[in-house]
Amino acid sequence: MTPLLQVESIAKMYGARIGCTDVSFDLYPGEVMGIVGESGSGKSTLLNCLAGHLQPDAGAVRFDTRAEGLRDTVTMSEPERRMLSRTDWAFVHQHARDGLRMNVSAGGNVGERLMAVNARHYGEIRDKAIDWLGRVEISADRIDDRPTAFSGGMQQRLQIARNLVTGPRLVFMDEPTGGLDVSVQARLLDLLRGLVREMGLSAIIVTHDLAVVRLLADRLMVMKDGRVIESGLTDQVLDDPQHAYTQLLVSSVLQV
Amino acid sequence: MITVENVSKTFTLHNQGAAEISVMRDASLSVAPGECVALVGASGAGKSTLMRMIYGNYLTQSGRIMVGDLDVVTAAPRQVIQLRRTTLGYVSQFLRVVPRVSTLNVVAEPLLATGSDRDHAMQRAEALLLRLNIPERLWQLSPTTFSGGEQQRVNIARGFAYPYPALLLDEPTASLDPTNRATVLEMIVQAKARGVAIIGIFHDHAARDEICDREFDVTAFTPDRSV
Repeated sequence: MTPLLQVESIAKMYGARIGCTDVSFDLYPGEVMGIVGESGSGKSTLLNCLAGHLQPDAGAVRFDTRAEGLRDTVTMSEPERRMLSRTDWAFVHQHARDGLRMNVSAGGNVGERLMAVNARHYGEIRDKAIDWLGRVEISADRIDDRPTAFSGGMQQRLQIARNLVTGPRLVFMDEPTGGLDVSVQARLLDLLRGLVREMGLSAIIVTHDLAVVRLLADRLMVMKDGRVIESGLTDQVLDDPQHAYTQLLVSSVLQV
Repeated sequence: MITVENVSKTFTLHNQGAAEISVMRDASLSVAPGECVALVGASGAGKSTLMRMIYGNYLTQSGRIMVGDLDVVTAAPRQVIQLRRTTLGYVSQFLRVVPRVSTLNVVAEPLLATGSDRDHAMQRAEALLLRLNIPERLWQLSPTTFSGGEQQRVNIARGFAYPYPALLLDEPTASLDPTNRATVLEMIVQAKARGVAIIGIFHDHAARDEICDREFDVTAFTPDRSV
């Protein structure tokens, strides 16, 4: 089987300081990978390098494109990369306002991404937007409201709808449940799990919440000081951590 | 179906003076299709450890663990994930689920995860819950609020939803009343008849005698910890 994403020796420096270095892994279709580590460990830097938001200093990120198979997204042209991020990729930001247009209606937020891939028929776009708002449990009568009128949890669900409406194959998520109440988090986790399964999505989730990765991720990478210090099956890394830092991380949590 | 060859396991506790604790040495065990083997030994002897090594959530330092034709010790994570989806089931002692998901969906999930038709998965989940006496009014609720015995039965229903050819059972009858206990034992006997290879931990002696073909004493492979 061809990996959907093949990451090879990615490195990003901030001057003399290491952002992340020597990160390699393969992600296969349908797999969900978690990246954990404390703040400053390089997990967000890595995610941004993978998603094309940051230019890595070294390494390759090969994505299995529909037309041409594995292509290095680091060296492809900017328009090509932008096209990928509008179609096959999605990026769910920690703060919904970074991923939404706050002065455009909920329906417009979802429809805009469809228009970016050349959907033109107004009725169809609106129907699809309503369908997706329903899937993320936002009632159709809120379609004309702006996200500013939504609660934090609703904004996050709207951001997910906006991202998934074009049927991406790979979703990058940066602390998708951060800053939400525990009950809202649970609902969002349930929603994400269902969507991952039904759409056969692959996802890379950056979080510091071990309970979130336990429930969402098949595989886990633990980062410290810009390096991956341990990786494996999620429950194996959490139940039988090998590295001193991972042991500390797992034993510091009340219960995961 | 399941073959464990000369496996050893050591825990290194880096944050407690790098203490090395050897918990298992040179254990070997083989379970054929249709056979049920009970792991026995005092508490702390390593029964659950061996079970977790077979399931792949504990790493094994040396030896081989073949489940079907996959060596769990050296397999890549995605191979273990696939193994768990279609070959090796595990009924743990405690239920761990996403909050807010209905009991029916919790039980149907192993089927949905393997691409089963939704109606079929739901029918199968209903049949299992009915058989295990989970009242229908609870089906739409999350099992997180259920009693210990109810949670255990939901866990068993989930473990039996997909027809795995190999099963690991950790104390499946521990907190059940006689009726439900009899139902679970009957389900295990039927699984054996279908050719499922089973490894179980049963503190319930009568249950062990009733359904297990052999006992495997892990104490024999536990390094002496008195020194």
